[in-house]
Amino acid sequence: MLLLSLAYHSLKNRLLTTVLTVLSIALSVALLIGVENVRVGARESFSNTISQTDLIVGARGGSLQLLLYAVFHIGSATNNLSYSSYEHWKNHPAVRWTIPYSLGDSHRGFRVVGTDKNFYEHYRYRRDKSIRFSAGRAPESVFDAAIGSDVAQKLGYQVGQKVTITHGLGGMIEHNTKPFTIVGIIDRTATPVDRSVYIPLEGISAVHVDWQDGAPPMPGEEIAADKITKEQLKVENITAFLVRFKTRLAVLQLQRNINEYADEPLSAVIPGVVLAELWATIGYAEDALRVVTFFVLIVGLLGMLVSLYTSLNERRREMAIFRALGAGPAKIISLLVFESAILSFLGCVLGLGIVYGLSFALQPVVERQFGLYLPIQAPTPTSLMYLGGVMIAGILIGFVPAWKAYRNTLSDGLSVRL
Amino acid sequence: MAAPAIELKDVQFSYRAGKKILDIPNLTIDAGERVFLFGPSGSGKTTLLGLLTGVLNAQQGSVQVLGRDLAKMSGSQRDAFRGSHLGYIFQLFNLIPYLTVEENITLPLRLHSERRKRLKSGMHEEAKSIAARLGIDHLLHENVVNLSVGQQQRVAAARSLIGAPEVIVADEPTSSLDFDHRERFIELLFDCVKQANATLLFVSHDRSLMPMFSRQLSLPDVNRVSNTSVAA
Repeated sequence: MLLLSLAYHSLKNRLLTTVLTVLSIALSVALLIGVENVRVGARESFSNTISQTDLIVGARGGSLQLLLYAVFHIGSATNNLSYSSYEHWKNHPAVRWTIPYSLGDSHRGFRVVGTDKNFYEHYRYRRDKSIRFSAGRAPESVFDAAIGSDVAQKLGYQVGQKVTITHGLGGMIEHNTKPFTIVGIIDRTATPVDRSVYIPLEGISAVHVDWQDGAPPMPGEEIAADKITKEQLKVENITAFLVRFKTRLAVLQLQRNINEYADEPLSAVIPGVVLAELWATIGYAEDALRVVTFFVLIVGLLGMLVSLYTSLNERRREMAIFRALGAGPAKIISLLVFESAILSFLGCVLGLGIVYGLSFALQPVVERQFGLYLPIQAPTPTSLMYLGGVMIAGILIGFVPAWKAYRNTLSDGLSVRL
Repeated sequence: MAAPAIELKDVQFSYRAGKKILDIPNLTIDAGERVFLFGPSGSGKTTLLGLLTGVLNAQQGSVQVLGRDLAKMSGSQRDAFRGSHLGYIFQLFNLIPYLTVEENITLPLRLHSERRKRLKSGMHEEAKSIAARLGIDHLLHENVVNLSVGQQQRVAAARSLIGAPEVIVADEPTSSLDFDHRERFIELLFDCVKQANATLLFVSHDRSLMPMFSRQLSLPDVNRVSNTSVAA
């Protein structure tokens, strides 16, 4: 206790150096833990976006690409699949439910997703949360739309408002003869759902009904919304669909069956497996980042070593006094080791404070800007391991100046003439 | 007369092999004596103090302090012995700069329980009364860097005396004080030493102080190695 109090007073006496040293350790700890939290948070955020889905099916293509465009609305599909293929699998006896997605249009930077009532009924995120409306209801007729909470917030939309849809992503061509009416605003999900506009599959058909060969109608040839016949609304293509089977046991067998489907080349992927592949790919970048963070930490700890070591010369006198008072080498060593332990401890505490302070401050910003919902939670076991590592490294580093001080006292004895 | 406080027999010491610094056949200081130890620079005063305090260990002979042979103790035993039974005053810079006056004075008590056990009252009361005797009780909560050199030396004296160690060693404690302060300091020190029944070994080369002591000891007289020619 005495040594602890001595170490504390000694550090307080050199306040500026102490503060700077603690700060440099704190910043490296914050970086280390921050990177870890973002890593875990990003993974959770991704994994939480889609739950209870056994397979994602799209036109034949890369599995990662399929996952990204179907679930996270990142990138786009190169091909569609026919609605008849969708119906074939939808009606398969092993299937519990399916959710069709028709992608490709947008509204002021937000993706437009064509889907059907299954989405509102069966879509699950964060394990078992389902879609709920903070206002209004799910779309029912062709020109109804439901919007995510970010869309509503950013564009200031309310139920009853009319919006038009742009062809393509960020394109110039407006489907402005066929406006949609917002009938519902989806409650916050902290997933890409918040940044999407949902309309019925028929709505997608409707806005493209007068198009020919991928080109918009010539002026005067547009078909007005109220002139569209039910026959023209027939859905011919979708982009992808999610499948949930009645039993998990069917997944692998049916994945193979879908991949080998003779009528149309399809790709079926298991979301968890693709995510794992994604993490494996990103893992390299994470490792590189972690290495950099470790070096930052080493620099921080070296800063502490330097500050303790350089203070030793002016403290030779002090050590001689302690020797005269009967403090043995063990006490001299522990005094200095205590100092570095205190510095590391304060660094860890302050570092954690910085991480969690910044997390609270930046969580909404990150979510808005990157769609990444970073949960604020207790330090992960990895983080705790890092903190423990920093403490141990700090204590070990303390032995360097301590040893030097011990050598000094041996040669100085009680006679330091300064 | 009680057993001698300090007794050296056939002590030889050298920092490097072949270059003896001390060779003392016999040196005895009785308990309660106030000894003035002098000798020119380089005569081995500091080394002798190192031996007596157990910071250095003699290669040959026996160094008995309070009847205990330091040469037979381990390093940590000597450290504990020094902390418990010896008070030490340096020439200058006696104090830990980041502790208050009172914390400095009570430091030996907090480092060594044996010294704490000898107290008749609490740590704070003891520090206060000893500071009062030295005329520094109004400074107890002061930061030591605000003290004058004279005040600092009194704090150092208080620290060496607290907890009643049997031997007080003072290594030129007055060399940084002016003459009036010197005498006053030594008188105060004598008072306290007498009250505590301690033995005082006072090292100085200021011979004007010599008459105040009960015994004068010239190190060249007891040391068979003549180092005087090395340093003038």
